[in-house]
Amino acid sequence: MSQVSTSPSMATLGVSAKPERRDIGLRRRYAAERRFRLFGMAAIAFGLLFLFLLLFSVVSKGYTAFQQSMITIPVEFSEQVIDKNNERATNPQKLVSANYPVVARNALAKVLGVAEDDRAGLKAVNGMISDSVRTQFRDMVVANPAIIGTTQTVTFLAHGDLDSAFKGQIDLSVAENNRKISDKQVGWMNTLVESGALSKHFNTGLFVNGASSRPEAAGLGVAVVGSLYMMLIVLVLSLPIGVAASIYLEEFAPKNRFTDLIEVNINNLAAVPSIVYGLLGLAVFVNFAGFPRSAALVGGLVLTLMTLPTIIIATRAALKAVPPSIRSAALGLGASKMQTVFHHVLPLAMPGILTGTIIGLAHALGETAPLLLIGMVAFVADIPGTPLDPSTALPVQIYMWANEAERAFVERTSGAIMVLLIFLILMNVGAILLRRRFERRW
Amino acid sequence: MSISLLLLVVAVIGAVGYFIGSWRANALAGGKLSSLHSRPGYYGSFVALWAILPAVVVVFVWVIASPIYVNSTIRAGFPEEVKAEPQATQNLNYNMISAIARGFKVLTAEEREALFKDGAAARDVLASKGVPVAAEPAPYMLKSADDLNRMTNTSSTLLSILAIVVATAGAFLSYRSIAPKFRARNRVEGMMLVGLIAASSIAILTTVGIVASMFTEAVHFFNMVPAWEFFFGTVWDPRFAAAGATASAGQFGLIPLLAGTLYIGFVAMLVAVPVGLFAAIYMSEYASRHVRSVAKPLLEVLAGIPTIVYGFFALVTVGPFLRDISAQLNGLVTGNYSNFIQAQSVLTAGFVMGIMLIPYVSSLSDDIITAVPRALRDGSLGLGATRSETIKRVILPAALPGIVGALLMTASRAVGETMIVVLAAGVAARMQLNPFEPMTTVTVKIVNQLTGDLEFTSPQTLVAFALGITLFFITLCLNIYALYIVRKYREQYE
Repeated sequence: MSQVSTSPSMATLGVSAKPERRDIGLRRRYAAERRFRLFGMAAIAFGLLFLFLLLFSVVSKGYTAFQQSMITIPVEFSEQVIDKNNERATNPQKLVSANYPVVARNALAKVLGVAEDDRAGLKAVNGMISDSVRTQFRDMVVANPAIIGTTQTVTFLAHGDLDSAFKGQIDLSVAENNRKISDKQVGWMNTLVESGALSKHFNTGLFVNGASSRPEAAGLGVAVVGSLYMMLIVLVLSLPIGVAASIYLEEFAPKNRFTDLIEVNINNLAAVPSIVYGLLGLAVFVNFAGFPRSAALVGGLVLTLMTLPTIIIATRAALKAVPPSIRSAALGLGASKMQTVFHHVLPLAMPGILTGTIIGLAHALGETAPLLLIGMVAFVADIPGTPLDPSTALPVQIYMWANEAERAFVERTSGAIMVLLIFLILMNVGAILLRRRFERRW
Repeated sequence: MSISLLLLVVAVIGAVGYFIGSWRANALAGGKLSSLHSRPGYYGSFVALWAILPAVVVVFVWVIASPIYVNSTIRAGFPEEVKAEPQATQNLNYNMISAIARGFKVLTAEEREALFKDGAAARDVLASKGVPVAAEPAPYMLKSADDLNRMTNTSSTLLSILAIVVATAGAFLSYRSIAPKFRARNRVEGMMLVGLIAASSIAILTTVGIVASMFTEAVHFFNMVPAWEFFFGTVWDPRFAAAGATASAGQFGLIPLLAGTLYIGFVAMLVAVPVGLFAAIYMSEYASRHVRSVAKPLLEVLAGIPTIVYGFFALVTVGPFLRDISAQLNGLVTGNYSNFIQAQSVLTAGFVMGIMLIPYVSSLSDDIITAVPRALRDGSLGLGATRSETIKRVILPAALPGIVGALLMTASRAVGETMIVVLAAGVAARMQLNPFEPMTTVTVKIVNQLTGDLEFTSPQTLVAFALGITLFFITLCLNIYALYIVRKYREQYE
């Protein structure tokens, strides 16, 4: 072929042994071919590049969220601060409402050598401690009032800004007034790090805590439990209903208007934007049926309706893949139609059905928009005990954190996205393994 | 007893019925199973179904009907001057009564007696028990609350008795009908078939629910705001829902939202269509099996990532990047380092949405291109066309209807996409053509109008349903049109 493309030059050289050939533009055509091919490669590279960028952007911002800066110092539970007038015996409320942040502040000030009358210094020290010490110390003291007056070594959360600075996320070259942490605090931070009092611990709070306006104390606990409830509801409702509907449509339904209508409906429902399901849930479940807003139950029902078409389509494909010989054999041995389906066809289609269900569940797990409408965008601090209690969901928590202004929430959001993606990866890998392990080729 | 306990009892009766039914069938067969019409398990299932199903229906109907009955009876017992008040006030009163009724349950009998003698302290007493009541209850409320508790208790007891009686009677009657000639299997399978049909009707119910619920709420909205002002209005300014204010001063023009939706969708398609199509063509026509087996699943990962993640990516990575790079460009050219691309803009949202749509375009088109018969390719290549010429002149024309269908379906996804635009497109409803400025979409406004406090009587809330039904019909039309094109212009080989 390459000889052909060089023939015009040979002709100009006057080699007359061969007949002159017309220029049929092969060089141009091959260039076009190479260009076309290059476009294809570029398109795939573009897609993969952005997949990589997306994951890189999330992981690089979020991996630090799994560690949290904590301060471990001896804390004196001073009676002077907690219960000055010694009324705890008569007024149990006293221990609950005592000013515990001051206890932590004094302890840290003592370690850092800040004088007790240095007001500005104490304020700066206070800025290094998370306000969550209030509940932490309160719970300690209420559980064991005997520690009042003693000195205990306690580990508590550092303030979100200190945490960011310690992780190197705050640019210290910026003018002092324009950043959230002062030079003095940075100096103290370094002292604390050298003495080993400030260190990073695994962030269990991220998985256990509920909502909080302080980034260092905010966690995914409520969201994970809420998502879990919803996934259970979706699984329990959509799997049996979806399988039953597919069995009817695939194995029993006569070809008539009614079944045509159902088929068209299912295909359309699969393409309805998810936010429309949210409107349906709001109008029917919340407004009409009077279910509580923000409850995981309503979220689960909405996601069930949304997942059903996916499951039905996957199940019908799995049923269709079972060869007719299986049915004929069962029918020939005297089984009824129902026995054939439930004893023979369904078990053989089960791996395909479960794979489709898991993929449908994974979609439901990542769905945000309908949940916003039924009020799962709520500030829920306590882990919901039942699906009727207010709760949030993983993607909704991500949405809420993404809207927070504080720098430390970007880290939290990315961390939460990583948790969500890990769940999704686990589910999809499970589906793939299931398919590999049990799929039969006929 | 509570509903869940009651259902458990009914289930136990059903289980017992199953065992008795099977045992009875076995006993009738007398060791010769072939004398029975069906296997013993079917007789058991028949008894169990007759025990459970009617009882469950009774419970279901009762649970819906009883609160309505109690509610209306309690309201009928209100004093005349209360009945004369507007409906909203009566609803508030009723809510207070149910709060008090809840509170009564945690009080001891003596405490309750004391309350009736001295009604003034009711609010404090209830609050001390952890039951907050909105206002100081009027004397008739205490009585109504007591009635409410009594009626609820009676209703619950009646329901328990009725359900258990129905379950036992169903089990007993069906047990009586067991005989060797009795066609238990056919009966059970008949009921199963009804169950299957009911399950597949849920799809229809969902569609009916979507259309009906949105339609009724939208009609409420159109009663307050004329339809033509909504569909052809060019200003979106809904104001806030003022409590108690009946006159709505907001303007609800759909056009700016629709313009934003279509513009962002257009930008997204501008990214997704060329990239997705070329990726599909390369994957189906050029790539080796090895490359394909790696690249295709990786591209499809893009489709599995939740849209909220794309939204976050647009918000914290793409948006700021475009903003900064526009500032740099502007600085290099004019010396004025101010950005001309906003962080939230049509471009940001459209671009990221385009990335999200790549796998939809590529995998749908891939299937369609692969379905073009081998013979067409071989014919074209055999006549001396290069591969790209074969693709451009033969394969794409043959696959065109399918590809157009796929693109329409992708477009309907772009129109209905929510989370990316909520985070990356902005909330200002403006009509303009600069892709570097923020615009807003129908979905963003639905979310905006429905997060926070809701009042189902204000146009500010109800407009979301009008927007929703518009969105529903746009996507529905796109999908139906896609199906139509695919069916009408499909090339029939063979």
